[in-house]
Amino acid sequence: MSIAPESYIVRGATGDWEIVVGLEVHAQVTSKAKLFSGASTTFGSEPNDNVSLVDAAFPGMLPVINAECVRQAVRTGLALGARINRYSRFDRKNYFYADLPQGYQISQFSDPIVGEGEVHVELANGASKAIGIERLHLEQDAGKSIHDQHPRMTLVDLNRSGVALMEIVSKPDMRTPEEAGAYLKKLRTLLRYIGSCDGNMEQGSMRADVNVSVRRPGAPFGTRCEIKNVNSVRFVMQAIEYEAQRQVDIIEAGGTIDQETRLFDPNKGETRSMRSKEDAHDYRYFPDPDLLPLEFDEDFIEAARQSLPELPDAKKARFTHEWGLAEHNAATLVGEKESADWFEQLIDELVAKTGQPIAKIAAKASNWMLSDLYGHLNKAGQNITQCPIDPARSAALLALVLDGTISGSAAKDVLEDMFATGRDPLVIVEEKGLKQVSDTGALEAMADQIIAANPTQVEQYKAGKTKVIGFLVGQVMKESRGQANPAVVNEILAKKLGSS
Amino acid sequence: MSVDKATVERIAKLARIRIEDHRLAPLAGELNQILGWVEQLSAVDTDQVKPMTSVVDHALYWRDDVIADGSKRDEILANAPAAEFGFFAVPKVIE
Repeated sequence: MSIAPESYIVRGATGDWEIVVGLEVHAQVTSKAKLFSGASTTFGSEPNDNVSLVDAAFPGMLPVINAECVRQAVRTGLALGARINRYSRFDRKNYFYADLPQGYQISQFSDPIVGEGEVHVELANGASKAIGIERLHLEQDAGKSIHDQHPRMTLVDLNRSGVALMEIVSKPDMRTPEEAGAYLKKLRTLLRYIGSCDGNMEQGSMRADVNVSVRRPGAPFGTRCEIKNVNSVRFVMQAIEYEAQRQVDIIEAGGTIDQETRLFDPNKGETRSMRSKEDAHDYRYFPDPDLLPLEFDEDFIEAARQSLPELPDAKKARFTHEWGLAEHNAATLVGEKESADWFEQLIDELVAKTGQPIAKIAAKASNWMLSDLYGHLNKAGQNITQCPIDPARSAALLALVLDGTISGSAAKDVLEDMFATGRDPLVIVEEKGLKQVSDTGALEAMADQIIAANPTQVEQYKAGKTKVIGFLVGQVMKESRGQANPAVVNEILAKKLGSS
Repeated sequence: MSVDKATVERIAKLARIRIEDHRLAPLAGELNQILGWVEQLSAVDTDQVKPMTSVVDHALYWRDDVIADGSKRDEILANAPAAEFGFFAVPKVIE
């Protein structure tokens, strides 16, 4: 398989332009306490309740690193297939702002904890592409400024101040808005699989700075603009599209691009210059004298590696190669950890109930889950974690189809009922009389009746037009009001027509 | 390495320290003396010396992931020039 990624060209008045995109993703590390203090990281607490003297930068306070944040950064690095640096260091990134009481952010500049890696993304046209990871480093989050709650003052809440973030920096490897979206989604999936970040973009646990530039195809990189703090996959794609067009328009009108920081306005779908801070980029990094270098041994890395679950790429390969799922089904299922978990439970239950080998039932079960069950979920505006039917009940329903107790179309009726009432599928089947008739005696009588009533089709069949049997099966099904088992009917008819 | 008056002005601005104009040139001189004094270290051959990251021969201390601090808003805000509704209140920051 070697489908090329689709190219994305901005067609300008003077010719074609290619876009170059790199992402810096800030992901909040899942930990109970902050990176350098023992205060809680809980979201939504009362203002300034989760603040220690360290987080508020009281004089003489010293940072002490949280082991769990180090472990999660290493696990994330391993999941990104990246080099883990057994020696790294913290630097101070200096800038002045009301929600940064220290006057600097503790970050990692010259020696990050994680080095180069690679993430594989899948694109809509079936192509896959490797996106390089430049580095991952640990740093502190800042506090939160609220500008609209007081007529004259800005209100500052330091609850987030000092919470651990992983900044994951990609290489400038993306060439389309779709690739950037796919990369961000893949990153989110990976982080959620391994549990190093909850990936909740609405609450700000994950946000992206997007670097965009344009160039003539094959030419050296152009000047880039950085769009700060974009908080959804869709906005990232919109921001890139808008920004690339803006840059092309400027260059074609004879202008040049200023390297600057911009904001994305989701309401207007445009990017705007942040004007304000001409000095903002002079961070005067230097090694933090309060912290010794961060060092650990191979055993620490190995323990982190052992703690990783099966990653989405491996899970997808297992679903397709060992379980026989269609590529698309497998990709959709592994895209969210919850749906993959739900599917695996469904299969466990189904194997237990039917005793069939996984490879024989998994593909059918995936089709059912993704079209039938997801159809109901989508209609109800719910996701798999809110599904009113659990995997065990679902497996009970599928088992009834697999052993021929009910037909595929009856199963759809039963599912609809289960979705609304949560009842046991067998109870519904009994109550509605949906059991298929597989009793050959009754079916043979019906078959004889249909053969007698349709002499024309019978003649055609005997003359070699065997396809006409479908019509006859349909007639028997109708006669049985849908309760006949079509496979059995087919068999009976073929036998009768062939031997008479 | 040396700094001029403009550099001193810029550093002061970044650090939000107000320095009167007439103090800039003398400060540049003082800073250059300090830099020159430190610069003497470059005369020493350090090719075979490992970078010294700290004066104490110690490994970084690691803390367990336990909530052991916080819930002291009154103490945190006690010295704030202004506080409102449990927040620090600062002059309005206009973006």
